Amino acid sequence: MRQSLRMLARDWRAGELRVLAAALAVAVASVTSVAFFADRISQALVRDAHQLLGADLVLYSDHPWGEAMRLRLDAAGVERAEAVNFVSMVLQKGESQLAGVKAVSESYPLRGRLRTAPSPGAPDAPAERGPAPGTVWLEERLVGALGAPVGSRVRVGRAELEVAAVLTLEPERSANFFNIAPRLMMNLADVPATGLVQTGSRVSYYLYAAGSPERIETLQKAVRPTLARGQRLDDLESGRPEVRASIERAQRFLGLTALLAAILAGVAIALGTRRFVERHLDGCAVMRCLGATQGKLVRLYAAEFTVLGIAACAAGSAIGYGAQTAISAALSELIRAELPAPGPLPAVQGFLVGLVLLLGFALPPLLQLKNVPAVRVIRRESGFPKGGTLAAYGAGLAALAGLLIWQAGDLKLGGYVVGGFAVAVLAFFVISWGVLRLLTQRAFVRLFGRRVRYGLANLRRHTRGNAVQVASLALGLTAVLLLTFTRNDLVDAWRRSAPADAPNRFLIGVQPDQLAAVQRFFDSRGIAAPELYPMVRGRLTAVNRKPVSAADFDEERAKRLVEREFNISYLDALPAHNSIAEGRWLDPKQPEVSVEEGIANRLGWKLGDELTFAVGGQSFDARISSLRRLRWDSMKINFFVIAPTALLQGYPASFVSAFRLPAGAEPAMSELARTFPNLTVVDVGAAVRQAQGVIDQLIAAVQFVFLFALGAGLLVLYSALVATEDERRREAAVMRVYGATRSQVTGAQRVEFLAMGAIAGLLATLGAALIGQLLAQRVFELDLPPSLALWIAGPLAGIALLSLNAWLSSRKVLRASPALTLRDSV
Amino acid sequence: MNARGIGKTVKSGDSDLVILRDIDLGVTRGEALAVLGASGSGKSTLLAILAGLDTPTSGSVHIDEQDIFSLDEDARAELRGRSVGFVFQSFQLLPALTALENVMLPLELTDIENAEQLASEMLTRVGLQERLHHYPKHLSGGEQQRVALARAFVVQPKVLLADEPTGSLDAESGAAIIKLLFEMNREYGTTLVLVTHDENLAARCTRSVRLAGGRIAA
Repeated sequence: MRQSLRMLARDWRAGELRVLAAALAVAVASVTSVAFFADRISQALVRDAHQLLGADLVLYSDHPWGEAMRLRLDAAGVERAEAVNFVSMVLQKGESQLAGVKAVSESYPLRGRLRTAPSPGAPDAPAERGPAPGTVWLEERLVGALGAPVGSRVRVGRAELEVAAVLTLEPERSANFFNIAPRLMMNLADVPATGLVQTGSRVSYYLYAAGSPERIETLQKAVRPTLARGQRLDDLESGRPEVRASIERAQRFLGLTALLAAILAGVAIALGTRRFVERHLDGCAVMRCLGATQGKLVRLYAAEFTVLGIAACAAGSAIGYGAQTAISAALSELIRAELPAPGPLPAVQGFLVGLVLLLGFALPPLLQLKNVPAVRVIRRESGFPKGGTLAAYGAGLAALAGLLIWQAGDLKLGGYVVGGFAVAVLAFFVISWGVLRLLTQRAFVRLFGRRVRYGLANLRRHTRGNAVQVASLALGLTAVLLLTFTRNDLVDAWRRSAPADAPNRFLIGVQPDQLAAVQRFFDSRGIAAPELYPMVRGRLTAVNRKPVSAADFDEERAKRLVEREFNISYLDALPAHNSIAEGRWLDPKQPEVSVEEGIANRLGWKLGDELTFAVGGQSFDARISSLRRLRWDSMKINFFVIAPTALLQGYPASFVSAFRLPAGAEPAMSELARTFPNLTVVDVGAAVRQAQGVIDQLIAAVQFVFLFALGAGLLVLYSALVATEDERRREAAVMRVYGATRSQVTGAQRVEFLAMGAIAGLLATLGAALIGQLLAQRVFELDLPPSLALWIAGPLAGIALLSLNAWLSSRKVLRASPALTLRDSV
Repeated sequence: MNARGIGKTVKSGDSDLVILRDIDLGVTRGEALAVLGASGSGKSTLLAILAGLDTPTSGSVHIDEQDIFSLDEDARAELRGRSVGFVFQSFQLLPALTALENVMLPLELTDIENAEQLASEMLTRVGLQERLHHYPKHLSGGEQQRVALARAFVVQPKVLLADEPTGSLDAESGAAIIKLLFEMNREYGTTLVLVTHDENLAARCTRSVRLAGGRIAA
């Protein structure tokens, strides 16, 4: 062991192990940073489990609970509380702000405590019960935005309520990691006075229950089968499934990116170890000569690498720990809860990955050292032992693929990622190899002068090694280009897609009897009167007379669509921003509907299918007569389903609109809200800005992990270049011995690196452009025009990186005298 | 050291190439034997076989009554570590180690406690007390070969095998190395087998044999 430590110290000093250690540390840091962060989140979820729901059991519904359910809870001998959630405008003097309103009954919450403070920033204290009737509690953000301190009065709908405290914590909020609208909490008894719960308003109704575990379990069993569509039961296990699911998805994505960085680092480790082995062949032969047995050599190097591995993994874990604090800081606005300190388990996970990388990528070449024939000391050509390497790498790769799939938590997703990565690497390698071969064709080479010919000759000699370098450089660059150019292009495309005269406000909840008054209001203020669309909310119950439920669909979005109520409009003319993709527009006298193309695809609807919708207590059937294409980015009001006026006129409806508010007319909106308190005006610009803020934060968090991937890519590049450095130096020395001038040597190298840089840059550009298009079309549903900047910057970045390397490398080559170089290499 | 009926044949394309045939060679304790021969006469192959670095096609080699080819490769390596020292034409110092560490290496491989002290004394003996912490690339050829000599003698081997020890050196450094080699050989009572094509050098040994066409010619 002491001998191994001494060898480690010497090899470290000689600089043989630094790239290896750095690659290992990057891999471990990348994996642990995400794991530490994930650990803190899941610890927070466990810690808050009891408060998470504000109760032991929560019943959710998108329509009011009947008296029967309340009686049932009371009969079961459990405590009961209620809440109603909706989004509404809140006004204070001239200011108006969108708020997430939660109206609670006296006994809320049954588990956990609310906390309030007398003013923003003041120390908070637990509150015994929710806001008293006639009062509201505002979240700090809302106090600031409205300029409504404790003691002032705010308008919620038609009601005027007094701000009684600053709300600092509510049980369910701690689990609600992703929140946009700030909270206003009020008493349930005040809701009727606001006049906000009407036809067309989107309201969530909650019933809470708490009691002994046996009673809760009995209740749960009894209630579950009676739940109707749009109703759900949450307990501690299933608590907030949608939040949990989105956090898990985010973690999984980050985890996969981290592992990809680890795989890249694995390549660097393999290359680094290979070089280490090549440089130690002579040393091993000498040691064999001096009496070291094969077993002894294996033990010595195994111990050396184990110690190195442990040290690098420890360093990596420490870096990962640091990085995760940065990730949570970047996401602090989104995660509205205190996260507990991470546990030690993620470090273990990091060590595991480090170990797999070391065993998978360093051990196979290392094991070859023991097979070095001692006679090499006399006959150098007793060369490099071969055989069995690929199989050994295979084991390492299989272990890594296993890790990836485990991280993905899903065989299909993991398979896609592993497969996608493998295909990308292979494609990059094959293309670079092919292009390099092409560039070095005799017919092509002959076109150039001597200097270029030498450079191209170098390319031919190292075709395979160079292809590996080009492919790894291209991978690293792809990540960088995606994060810089493509990301900005996507955001720009999104912004551009909204025309200059696009509506900037949505108006929701206009009742039929208010239509004329609202029109007059706009006319009198000189604002173009908005076109108001009628809207009926209906639930899809059957397709072709066959009952439909969420369970019929695999896809998460399809499930949600079926779960929710549809907003169905009735019109007799096709809206200007819609077009018919298939079929014909509605016949005003027939029971027909026109549906949006995308939703039809998602839910498997075809022309001629008969859909049944339930509206309130009634229902209607209608055949699909057309599929419509929409421009979602037009910022206009769009409907998935449109029916003829005659079919829906008798059903309870409200009206919605999108309109453009000219600059300077903002005070009119506060006036509108005062005149029609039940209306909600959504500022699209503000909503877009808020969404943009959320996206920016997510990107900031993801960027940390991508940085690791980039670091790993650069390490691969560096180790690939270093791997051929000795050979390049010898070649340069021979060239100089035979009379090549310094400029001829550097010229030849420059040509070689320039060609490689250009290929890598082009490949990365192509990769980033392809992924960008894929994201634009599949995820964002946008048209992304080709980016000139990307196509200029990508290849230039490749060339710049390798030119820098060529410069550094030629300095090294030229500094050493050729005689010394050649003597060293004898 | 005793070699009996050593033959070495290697495949070269379709035909067999005979490098050594039926060589008998005995060296007694403390004797210095020179093996002379032109390039390609099989000198280095013979040396490799005597050291157990390479295996013969036929014949046997005994060191201290032990048939070295009845041992497996690892046991031969241990035997080398205990009893055989080497000096090579191309020095074979490890570039990542300092002079001192190169000399310590064989001692460390056999877990000898005061390796540093012994190595440092041996480097002083070869006149490199000022160069202990220099790397091979900062030493002249003559100095590098001195380090190699120190490394060979530091385990006090019974047999020292030298393969063209002056082949990479100028005349002056070569002479100095040879002087040192013979001095130390006497001092430690080592048996020396020296492969060379230098007649003058061979003349300084107690006995010499000449290889030609894979056989002992004289």
